[in-house]
Amino acid sequence: MKRRNVLVGAMAAMVSACDKVSETSVFRSLVDGAQNWHRGLHRSLGFGRIEMAPEYTKSDISPFFRGNGSRDVDTDAYRASEAEGFANWQLAVTGLVDKDLSLSLADIHALPQRTQITRHDCVEGWSAIGQWTGPQLSEVLDQAGVKDGARYVVFHCADTLGGSKYYESIDLDDAYHPQTIIAHELNGEPLPVLNGAPLRMRIERQLGYKQAKYLTGIELVDSLKPIAGGEGGYWEDRAGYQWYAGI
Amino acid sequence: MTKLGKVKLPKRHLLSTRLWHWINAVSVIILFMSGLTISNAHRRLYWGDWGFETAQAWFVAPMFPGWATIPTRYSLAIARDYHIVFALVFGFSLLAFMLISLFNGHMTRDLFARAREWSPAHIWLDFKEHLKFNFEPVEGKYNILQKIAYGGVVFVLLPLMIFTGMAMSPGQEAAWPWLTEMFGGRQSARSIHFICAFALCAFLIMHVLLVLVSGPFRQMRDMITGGREQ
Repeated sequence: MKRRNVLVGAMAAMVSACDKVSETSVFRSLVDGAQNWHRGLHRSLGFGRIEMAPEYTKSDISPFFRGNGSRDVDTDAYRASEAEGFANWQLAVTGLVDKDLSLSLADIHALPQRTQITRHDCVEGWSAIGQWTGPQLSEVLDQAGVKDGARYVVFHCADTLGGSKYYESIDLDDAYHPQTIIAHELNGEPLPVLNGAPLRMRIERQLGYKQAKYLTGIELVDSLKPIAGGEGGYWEDRAGYQWYAGI
Repeated sequence: MTKLGKVKLPKRHLLSTRLWHWINAVSVIILFMSGLTISNAHRRLYWGDWGFETAQAWFVAPMFPGWATIPTRYSLAIARDYHIVFALVFGFSLLAFMLISLFNGHMTRDLFARAREWSPAHIWLDFKEHLKFNFEPVEGKYNILQKIAYGGVVFVLLPLMIFTGMAMSPGQEAAWPWLTEMFGGRQSARSIHFICAFALCAFLIMHVLLVLVSGPFRQMRDMITGGREQ
C-alpha cells in the first residue's frame, strides 16, 4: 500500500499548497488576469452586436422570487420610509457628473420605463426568473451628464450586512447596456422589501451580488480604490469575489 | 547507417500528447476539487432555466468534505478563483491538443476507431481480453475499449465540461444565448456539468487503476519521457 500512501501524500501536499498559493500576490494577479480574459472573451464572442441577456415570457416566471443577502433594512429611517410607501425616498446621483441629481420615486416613475423578464443567477448556483420594471440607468446618466474621465458607476445602498454598508460597481459598458435598469417593480407589483424596496439595480449580464438593493445613491468615479475596501463591492471587499461577475 | 540497433524507434507518446496530458491532469483535478466547493455552496441540482429550492430539485449532492475540496476550508470565492484560472488553462490546452493532434495524425491514426473495430464481436473479444489483463491492441496503438474511453473523454466529456461551463456564465450567455438553450437552460447546463464531472472522475479512477496493473513504472516513464514504440 506504499503507492497509495505516496498518492495520498502527493494529493495532500497539492491541496495544502493550493491553500497557501491562494494567498500570494502572484496568484491574485493571475486571477485578475483570468477574470479579464473571461470578460474579453464574453465581449468579443458576441462579434460586435449588443449582447443581450435572454428574456423570458410571463409563463416562465418563478412562483416566488428568492431573496438573498440582506432581506430587510433594520433601521428606524427605513421603517419610517416603508410606512409612508417610500414616498420620500431619494436617489442621489453624484460624482463625476455635470449636475448632481436627487430623484424621488415619482421622478423615477416619470422616466421612460423598460419591462424585462430575466433570470437572476446567484453566485452560489441557483436561479430565479422575474419581471422587472424601471428606467434604464442610461436615462438617468444622460440627465445628470457624465463627465469625461468617469470610468465606473458605484451603487450605494441603505442596507448593512455584517457591519458594513452594501455597495456595488460596474463599468460604463454595463452602465449603458439597454437591460441595465433601476427597477421599482417585480412581477408588476412595487418591489417587496425582501427584494430591495423601493429601488434596486438590474444588471442582467452579471451575477446576483451585482444587483444592489435598497438603492440610495449612484456615484460616478474614475477609480474604485478610494471606496470602502477598494475592490469595488461589498462581497469583493469582504470575501474576495470577482469584480467582474459575468462568469 | 541502417545497422541494427542504430535505428531509433519513434516515440511512444508525442511531446504534444505528453505536455497536454499533464497540463490537463493538473487542470482537471484542480477544477474538480474546486468544483466540489462550488457544489457545496448550493447542493441542489435542477433541470430547466431556474430552480432554488428542494421542490424543484432532481438531486441533492452530498456535502463534500474538506480533504476533497479546494480550498480545504470552505470559501466559494477562492474556489471560483481556481475555477476561473484553470478553466482557461484547461479549455485552451484542449483546443491546442486537438488542433495539433489533427494535423500530426494522432487523432485519425490512433484515436479514431476503424469500422471493423466497432463490430460487437470485436468489442466483446477485447472485453474478454481485458478480463485476462491482456491490453495489447490487435493493431494500432490502442485497443477498441481504450479508443472508446479516450475518445469519449477527449471528444465528449471534456468538451461538454467546457461548453456547459460557458453556458452557465451570464456574460457568456449574453454572447451565445443558443448555447445555454441547447443544454435546456442554465440549470440543466449546471446539472450536466456536475454529471460529466463525476463521469470524468470515474474515468480517472479506472485510468489510474489500469496504469497500476499494466506496468506503472514504464507507463509513467513513457508519459514523461515519451518512451519508444515497441
